[in-house]
Amino acid sequence: MNGIHDMGGMQDMGPIQYEKGEPVFHAQWESRVFAMFAATGAWRKWNLDAFRHTREVLPPDDYLRVSYYQQWFSGLLNLLVRRGLVTAAEIESGAPAPGTAKATPPLTPDKIPAALPNRIHAHRDVQVSPRFQAGQRVRARNINPVGHTRLPRYARGKFGMVDRNHGVFVFPDTNAHFLGEKPQHVYSVRFAARELWGQQASQKDSVYLDMWDDYLDPA
Amino acid sequence: MTTNRRDFLTAAVTAAGAAMTPESHHTHDHDHQVVPSDPALRVKALESLLVEKGLVDRAALDALVDTYEHKIGPRNGARVVARAWVDPAYKSRLLADANDAIAEFGYVSRQGDRMVVLENTPKVHNMIVCTLCSCYPWAVLGLPPVWYKSAPYRSRSVIDPRGVLGEFGLDLLADVEVRVWDSTAELRYLVLPERPAGTEHLSEEQLAALVTRDSMVGVAKVSPPQPGVSS
Repeated sequence: MNGIHDMGGMQDMGPIQYEKGEPVFHAQWESRVFAMFAATGAWRKWNLDAFRHTREVLPPDDYLRVSYYQQWFSGLLNLLVRRGLVTAAEIESGAPAPGTAKATPPLTPDKIPAALPNRIHAHRDVQVSPRFQAGQRVRARNINPVGHTRLPRYARGKFGMVDRNHGVFVFPDTNAHFLGEKPQHVYSVRFAARELWGQQASQKDSVYLDMWDDYLDPA
Repeated sequence: MTTNRRDFLTAAVTAAGAAMTPESHHTHDHDHQVVPSDPALRVKALESLLVEKGLVDRAALDALVDTYEHKIGPRNGARVVARAWVDPAYKSRLLADANDAIAEFGYVSRQGDRMVVLENTPKVHNMIVCTLCSCYPWAVLGLPPVWYKSAPYRSRSVIDPRGVLGEFGLDLLADVEVRVWDSTAELRYLVLPERPAGTEHLSEEQLAALVTRDSMVGVAKVSPPQPGVSS
């Protein structure tokens, strides 16, 4: 989706606001949103791609205006309802629907140390042939899907070079919409800064993007 | 489907926004008020609901917060960097297969988050961004700071990395090659900064104390120890 979240290459967003000694959370509710998202994720009713997409479909003015954890809170509410863990009526009333059986939480404190290092779950040990090799010249496809994609606008149609192959991962464009994992190879692809931005960029510089097979054509 | 989703989100965010401006709360349509108006209250209400439904264990929430506030943070990454500085064999393993090498510290599992370590040298400077959202190597740096997730950093890092680095007080010479890594997939990048001069006498632990979060994102260099501070 060509949304406001795809902001690589935009200018005039203001100076970087650096906070010295920044706390991990700026308010207690932020930490609870964070923890609720992590804990409900253990139900495996959604994936990170779907979560990212809930933020992308925020109206652009809201996306820029609200804080990061407000975006998370909206995304969490969205997924809880859409994936059937909670009903909209329950969120409005604040109480479980009458007669609902109490579930057993999948994430308990004792499981946390082991769960954290395996957080993302996107790599797949399946045999899929890579379409490209390190050192190969490629071109990012010019695609403009209305759903979720991890191919930023600034790289579409640009020529690059495969730097390395990272193995097989789920494909976000389908995974975010619960349309299957479509596992395929992911590569770091090097794009010269001048290929992306023209002569104003330094000749020495480059941007590396992680690209799935479905984002690339041979060039 | 998209319309419904957006309506729902708009309601949620509008309610969140209303909490930030009390006057709009009073004029806001009650039908859109999905949870209490104050963000703290709304979040608290959701937590109570999830606990009552048995969807989350409150002690697990406490443990998650405690973990990310006190246990997982840039100190993890700093230990990895210091080890690489003092142990050439470790550094080789780290650059060849960061997952295996970082797993030696227990910060990731071999089958977990996919890590890649990028070595900064006098001629090559790597920096990390996520233009599309906020991907960041939690296992070794903890949760990202606000500036990393903000529009100014996400938008300009790829088109004007030298300008962005200048804002952090890092002015690179023209003959240094800048490589910006846009974290568009589930690879998590960690920069291995250059070891500062004049640190030959320091222990691994003393070196780790010098390594900053910003240096491991690639927006700063590691400064030599302050005179008189370390032995």
